[in-house]
Amino acid sequence: MTREISLNVNGVPRTASAEPRRLLSDFLRHDLGLTGTHVGCEHGVCGCCTVLFDGEPVRSCLMFAVTAAGHEVTTVEGLGADGGMSPVQRAFSECHGLQCGFCTPGFLCTVTALLRDNPRPSEDEVLEGISGNLCRCTGYQNIVKAVHRAADLIAEERTDR
Amino acid sequence: MKPPPFDHHAPETLEEALDVLARTGEDAKVLAGGQSLIPLLNMRLAAPAHLVDINRVTALDTLEATAEGVRVGALARHARVERSEEAAGVLPLLRAALRQVAHPVVRNRGTVVGSLAHADPAAELPAVLALCEGTVEAASAGGRRTIPAAEFFAGPLESSLRPGELATSAFFPAPPARSGTAFAEVARRHGDYAMAGAAALVTLDEDQRVSSAKVAYLSVAATPLVLDLTEPLGPRPPVTCDWAAAAAYARDRLDTDEDIHASADYRRHLAGVLTERTLRAAAQEAL
Amino acid sequence: MTFGEPIARREDPRLVTGQGRYVDDLGRDALAAAFVRSPHAHARITGIDVDDALDVDGLVAIYTWEDLDGRVGEPLPLLIPHPALTHGRTAHPLARDVVRHVGEAVVMVVARDRYLAEDAAERIRVTYEPLPPVVGVENAVNASCRVHDDVPGNVGAHLVQETGDVSAAIGAAPHVLEFRLDIERSASMPLEGRGVYARWDADDGSLRVYSSTQTSTSVRMAIAVKLGLPANKVEVIAPDVGGGFGVKIVHPWPEEVLVPWAARLLGREVKWTEDRREHFVSAAHERAQVHHVRVGFDDEGRLLGLDVRIQHDHGAYTPYGIIVPIITSTQLLGPYKPGAYRVEFTSLYTNTVIVTPYRGAGRPQGAFCMERTMDRIADELGLDRTAVREVNLIRPEEFPYDQGLIFQDGRPLIYDSGDYPEMLRRIKELIGWDGFAAFRAEAERAGRRVGIGLACYVEGTGVGPYEGGHVEIDSSGRVHVSTGLTSQGQGHQTVFAQVAAAELGVPIEDVTVTTGDTRRFGYAVGTFASRAAVMSGNAIALAARKVREKALRIAGEALEADPRDLEIVDGVVRVKGNAAASIPLRTVAVLSNPLRYAFDEAAQQATQFAVGGSPDDPPLTGEPGLEGRDYYSPPRSTFAYGMHAAIVETDPDTAEIRILRYAVLHDCGRLINPRIVEGQIHGGVAQGVGGALYERMVYDAEGQLLNASFMDFLMPYATEVPRIETGHMETASPLNPLGVKGAGEAGVIPGSAVIAAAIEDAEGIRITRMPISPSELYHLRLAAASGVAERTNRAGSASPS
Ligand SMILES: Cc1cc2nc3c(=O)[nH]c(=O)nc-3n(C[C@H](O)[C@H](O)[C@H](O)COP(=O)(O)OP(=O)(O)OC[C@H]3O[C@@H](n4cnc5c(N)ncnc54)[C@H](O)[C@@H]3O)c2cc1C
Ligand code: FES
Ligand code: FES
Repeated sequence: MTREISLNVNGVPRTASAEPRRLLSDFLRHDLGLTGTHVGCEHGVCGCCTVLFDGEPVRSCLMFAVTAAGHEVTTVEGLGADGGMSPVQRAFSECHGLQCGFCTPGFLCTVTALLRDNPRPSEDEVLEGISGNLCRCTGYQNIVKAVHRAADLIAEERTDR
Repeated sequence: MKPPPFDHHAPETLEEALDVLARTGEDAKVLAGGQSLIPLLNMRLAAPAHLVDINRVTALDTLEATAEGVRVGALARHARVERSEEAAGVLPLLRAALRQVAHPVVRNRGTVVGSLAHADPAAELPAVLALCEGTVEAASAGGRRTIPAAEFFAGPLESSLRPGELATSAFFPAPPARSGTAFAEVARRHGDYAMAGAAALVTLDEDQRVSSAKVAYLSVAATPLVLDLTEPLGPRPPVTCDWAAAAAYARDRLDTDEDIHASADYRRHLAGVLTERTLRAAAQEAL
Repeated sequence: MTFGEPIARREDPRLVTGQGRYVDDLGRDALAAAFVRSPHAHARITGIDVDDALDVDGLVAIYTWEDLDGRVGEPLPLLIPHPALTHGRTAHPLARDVVRHVGEAVVMVVARDRYLAEDAAERIRVTYEPLPPVVGVENAVNASCRVHDDVPGNVGAHLVQETGDVSAAIGAAPHVLEFRLDIERSASMPLEGRGVYARWDADDGSLRVYSSTQTSTSVRMAIAVKLGLPANKVEVIAPDVGGGFGVKIVHPWPEEVLVPWAARLLGREVKWTEDRREHFVSAAHERAQVHHVRVGFDDEGRLLGLDVRIQHDHGAYTPYGIIVPIITSTQLLGPYKPGAYRVEFTSLYTNTVIVTPYRGAGRPQGAFCMERTMDRIADELGLDRTAVREVNLIRPEEFPYDQGLIFQDGRPLIYDSGDYPEMLRRIKELIGWDGFAAFRAEAERAGRRVGIGLACYVEGTGVGPYEGGHVEIDSSGRVHVSTGLTSQGQGHQTVFAQVAAAELGVPIEDVTVTTGDTRRFGYAVGTFASRAAVMSGNAIALAARKVREKALRIAGEALEADPRDLEIVDGVVRVKGNAAASIPLRTVAVLSNPLRYAFDEAAQQATQFAVGGSPDDPPLTGEPGLEGRDYYSPPRSTFAYGMHAAIVETDPDTAEIRILRYAVLHDCGRLINPRIVEGQIHGGVAQGVGGALYERMVYDAEGQLLNASFMDFLMPYATEVPRIETGHMETASPLNPLGVKGAGEAGVIPGSAVIAAAIEDAEGIRITRMPISPSELYHLRLAAASGVAERTNRAGSASPS
């Protein structure tokens, strides 16, 4: 009952065969080998599995790979340009916004979209923006700091260009 | 936690969708945003033989705001409706309620119509539809029908859609002139389903007295519950209204249940507090 | 010098780019395991019918207890025996005939992937004869039925410790209070669940296992014993681990035995990745305890006698012994001198998931007990709550202070160092304790209800028996550090590199650190009890010192200088005051290994015709290579401490509880990396807040866990955690070379105590059980209004004005 499923992941067309019930999270991780997307609950609450779907953050554990066929997906592996780190990734590292790193890919994808839509979020907007992602390690304070720092880095990059 | 096997159908037009639904009947489930259905599948609490995935039926991805109200197509995601200035202009309540639905990331995917069809008594949108006396458009291979909110919510997680039927859109009528609305809920964590919530609609007469006051509740009954609170309030100007009395009146009419987050009494108490808060705010907005 | 610097973590570039490697990221082609788990809390298995499952496509194997051969079928080990644990019981890897909690594994299924394994598992019919379940401490004590037939009264352990004569002390005390305090169940709940991946090499007769564990060395021992393999034929690796917080120190989990066993039997790679529902019902929980306190004190609030009786619910089995109640009993005392102290606990079986340490490990309960007691005394005497604490604090000049008890490591409970009064002064200053009355008055005028609370703790960290470190400098100058204990996000690759770089005088960029890999370091205990920095940190420092000494000796020979005149700066050994006379460590590394064969240019310098030296001396002194290994084994634990204060607001109408401010002062000795320590505190506080206001495991009378999902087990999101204000003190530990103390668990310990105190202060109603929800607070208000719940003497903001 498997079928070929093609989608564009991190700018690269990818195809693999999978059953229609294959969750996008499993498809990315196990069929395409992109294990940066993590799975923490498989019921939509933790946010570890968040990827960008046509640019918008979504739970990859709550989508079937077949539904995603033909669309564009960006995972944590695709956030940085040319294998480098994106400003959001750099900011998380600079601000100690991660400990075990399991929740981190989900936060990074969420925050990347948040700052694209709102380059200077207020404290409350940051909290609201990351409110659907659980982290058991950091207590969030440094994550919030990292979001503001990332906003700075992005702004700097813009003026540099 | 992996979903059980099913046959996947990915129609691209409404006709195709209705056709598969007609063929598969009771054995099929519609898949919209999947934000409620896929958790159930992953936990194997549901095992439909067929899944009719409507995500490619682009004709259903519509949102229309007119003076009469807001019509939301079956593929319009929460996020789109929430961001729409037009929709918020006609019915601010819709945005206020949507902001309490889950978290932004879930709203990127979940649909308004899916939320109605899911008929969770703890969900925000069914209460809004019920308060506004909105309707759901249902289509099947056999034809179409318009289902009023009061008939649409049949029980907890149970809508009155029949096998083979697809909800194609929902209509949220604009409130009458000189009306105000408000939404409030109390949830354990930000973004959780509420322990209790209330949406209020207050309409004033030409003399700025309350001519109608209604509150719809979530999480207090098996279906969204609407109470008419005009009697304890009207016809008086808002400044002289006894909101607490209206809340007490409402509390006396609520028969709440307990769950692990809230006792039945606390839930009823909360509903009372929220009644007062939303009525005040709605009246203020109506002025 | 990087020791003490808040440098950025070295593991981050990998982790933020998706290059981390957690267990489930490995073994893409491995078969997947799934389990049929008991739906009953207590039942006898009467039959297992697998027929329907047999035609599931991709099914490879189904195993029940009957299939388990050799020692695999025996009960799992009781890891920490204790004389007081007279009735220790452990489970079989697959239930043998009775299941004792919902979630206990009954059948193992192996299939091509996890989807198919779940398909097969769903079709296996297990029939049960339900037995009466025992749920909750009361039920266990009343014991109309038993969890284990051969454990009367459901009592697994009973322990009493006493210093002084408590009955006499309390009998003679001018004031005596007696009350009960409860804490409910929570759990570690790392975002990555457990996972095991095993590869059997039939040609070599060896096994490699990857496990999401806090102790790879001990998992190796356990697997070797169970599978009848020599330990050197088993490799266990803890790769990146997505959080542990205690639950992953338990081992071997049934799956840690079964997965390698099946891999060997099938000659195929097998992997099990725990899903969230499994984690809720088959991993471990902690915290549930009931405390009965009797305390006698004088007019100033000075403790004269303290008598605490604890009922501890340890769930269905006791694989990890009775560590949690032992820690509560001993750490309850905090920074205080209790006068006479007697503590007694009974550890009880119930038909629920096992209880093993979760960050804090019994200390949050202890702090809750002690700090609630302090508040109670203050209320009784009408004194300021900090004044009562002040008179009971151990003074700086009283260290080392012997509490006269036996700690969890079997050693005397002797505090090594600290300055408690100074910290109390500072925490009051940080939170604005003395100015709070004005703040409250203003809030009350605006119709708001606020309260303040404060709580203290002392945490024994860095328990033995030992950890080891290995340091090697290779011929390219790179420094390889390894230690056996594991990492779950604490930043060990950074802090251990800081330690090694500082000891050796090399740039930190040259240092790499490996943890939790038995191929690199076979002897270790594990990561728990805030012990990594203390134990492995010191072991690595000692190993690095050995390497340094050796490097200086060899460099001294090469430079014809006295090693005592040498220093190492930036990876180069040089004569002090004469930078010209120098030799890079990489060359020293080459020289340390006299060679016959030149495999590269560097090696040419060390071959027999290249090196000089006396023809009468052997070419090699000691061991070849620039490496060293050492171990650190402390005489006893070192004691970190801290104080938290919080201001909360309670909604007069909805009873919602909001934390307005949360302040932390803490002292964990010398800081290796302040930023990482701060991160540990933040994470701990978030878990403390979770435990105080949100998280609990809700069992019904049938032993069903009603909230086994993230939807209903409410871990705080960013929106629920307050901003945390921190202050540090650094009192070096005299016990270890680095002067450090553990920091991993600190943040969580006083959470329930401090929040309870602040709510009590806001409401004027006694808070005696945690966590507390708005619904419960609402009912407390009702109960207080009708005189059922007790009001405090200072009636809080809620007092009728
Ligand atoms: C973590 C989390 C938190 C959440 N919190 C909230 C919350 O606080 N409040 C809230 O209201 N919701 C919440 N939700 C649910 C979310 O709002 C869903 O989007 C919504 O309930 C269902 O919409 P959907 O499009 O995802 O529907 P789906 O999950 O695709 O479907 C839900 C049900 O409706 C049926 N259905 C869907 N569309 C149609 C249609 N057009 N015609 C006929 N039947 C249809 C499906 O067959 C299914 O039975 C939460 C979800 C998650 C994952
Ligand atoms: S794994 Fe998708 S939200 Fe938790
Ligand atoms: S860093 Fe471990 S869960 Fe967030």
